[in-house]
Amino acid sequence: MLTKKFMIENIDIKNLNIEKASEMLRDGKITSVSLVEACLKNITERNGELNAILEVFSDALENAKKADEMIARGEGDQLTGIPLVIKDNIFITGKKVSASSKILENYVASYDAFVIEKLKKSGAVFIGRANMDEFAMGSSTENSAYGPTKNPFDITRVPGGSSGGSACSVAAGFCLGALGTDTGGSIRQPASFCGLVGMKPTYGGVSRRGTIAMSSSLDQIGPITKTVEDAKIIFTTIVGKDSMDATSIDLNSTGSDISGAKIGIPRDWLKEGIDTDVMENFNASVEKLKKLGYEIVDIDLPYSKYSLAVYYILMPAEVSTNLSRIDGIRYGNRVEGENIFDTYKKSRSAGFGMETRRRIILGSYVLSHGYYDAYYNKAWKVRHAIEKEFEDIFKKVDFVLTPTTPSVAFKFGAKKDPLQMYLSDIFTVPANIAGIPSLSVPSGFSKEGLPYGIQFMAPLCADEKLFEISLELEENI
Amino acid sequence: MEIKDVENLAEMSKIELTDAEKEQILKDMDGILGYVKQVEEVQVPDMIIEYKLRNIWREDKIPDSLMHFSLPAGCSSLDGFSITTGMPCSPNYIILSQFPDKDGGCVKVKKVL
Repeated sequence: MLTKKFMIENIDIKNLNIEKASEMLRDGKITSVSLVEACLKNITERNGELNAILEVFSDALENAKKADEMIARGEGDQLTGIPLVIKDNIFITGKKVSASSKILENYVASYDAFVIEKLKKSGAVFIGRANMDEFAMGSSTENSAYGPTKNPFDITRVPGGSSGGSACSVAAGFCLGALGTDTGGSIRQPASFCGLVGMKPTYGGVSRRGTIAMSSSLDQIGPITKTVEDAKIIFTTIVGKDSMDATSIDLNSTGSDISGAKIGIPRDWLKEGIDTDVMENFNASVEKLKKLGYEIVDIDLPYSKYSLAVYYILMPAEVSTNLSRIDGIRYGNRVEGENIFDTYKKSRSAGFGMETRRRIILGSYVLSHGYYDAYYNKAWKVRHAIEKEFEDIFKKVDFVLTPTTPSVAFKFGAKKDPLQMYLSDIFTVPANIAGIPSLSVPSGFSKEGLPYGIQFMAPLCADEKLFEISLELEENI
Repeated sequence: MEIKDVENLAEMSKIELTDAEKEQILKDMDGILGYVKQVEEVQVPDMIIEYKLRNIWREDKIPDSLMHFSLPAGCSSLDGFSITTGMPCSPNYIILSQFPDKDGGCVKVKKVL
């Protein structure tokens, strides 16, 4: 029995991370219940303003008690009793999951996602579901059907997207870590905007079973945390081959030795379109890596410059297919029409926001007769060229380094047309196109106190090495 | 692209758009397609694609665990709840309970043909 006098009374979530909290839980200095209570208090104080969490789960404290019992029995691991927030597109049995859309407003998950099964086994505690851009379509969380989430560093600015609620929750002390999904940068960009670590695994490394699909050849689930070590803890828990995800693989790690690593910088990507202060911060971080003894090499990635164009052909195509299952028939909000086709149309139009409908239309266009070859097929050919280009460059360097985003968190409404918004993913998208793992590390703050981020990319299955190099930079920022 | 194209695409994808929305989408498409069509000029070498993704096959067999389903105690059918335990009778309760319109264990829809 833990005696109260050894316990820490006022838990400050802001000064804790998963690694620290886990030690304190095992040393009996805190309980999971007290951790969760501290998170809930922060949520009560700030979620009304920030709108990061759509629903706080009513069984969070009950699960925290169970986690404390696990720890008392000497069972569990580093995630036991740790409060996490889950993006609103990942299934937890019996819990609502809406992808921040109206059409799935009251949809209840009938099974656990693979990643949730793994986290439940560890005894992690789910605090609630996080706001996002509807169906993961966006880079700012402005496309949520439940209102935008605000950046906790400056509430006139976006937290990034589509995992904006997840990132905000970690930065605002609503949890100690979160799950997001990343199709074109949706973990890394909000992590960068909110001063956090965000990691996208090698494609296939983390099972997509039980995650609402956006673009199946690009989607991955990953952690958003305060530290690289925390991200590694979550990643190690959720990774694994799943027979129920045909694209999941046994991530045969290429080891963790990064001694003598060469870091490539694609200078021709960085010639224009980036804010001056972001470039200054980036160059300063590069100097730090040089001082640590890593060789910095200028590289050329000419095909990869087309990643965003390829992305905005392939992704909408896959989206238009994936979202065709949402028709108001077996689940979701149904609006009856005069006949079956009218029912589909009315249900989908009432339930899908503008950006969702825009991307479905774009996807249908690039897949339609007469345009399929010029757009969709050509985009795949260019995609293969990009994959090969990265494969080849990783024979010369061990990592590729860029700023995570071309600017710090922008103001609400700043991106007036869709293309302007899409361009915020210009540096994050190549990793999804090539399937390679990528991680954003916080790299400082602007004069206005807004976070900067820097992004490493590594070869396929080099996720462990990616964590190692990120730890190096994090320790020396 | 013209309004008629937007209308055809909306029809194909079973989406309704107001006239104002059609105009907006047409404008957006111009901008987006203008950007993505740069892939047309990309010269890709002839390459033999080794597809890393391949179809995963399995035997078309019902797993043993599902071959021996029997109704839980207190249930006379898959509908409803057990009169002894109060738990749902169907293992698919969550799925069935979300049919927007239903008749017993079946989802009800407008006539298809």
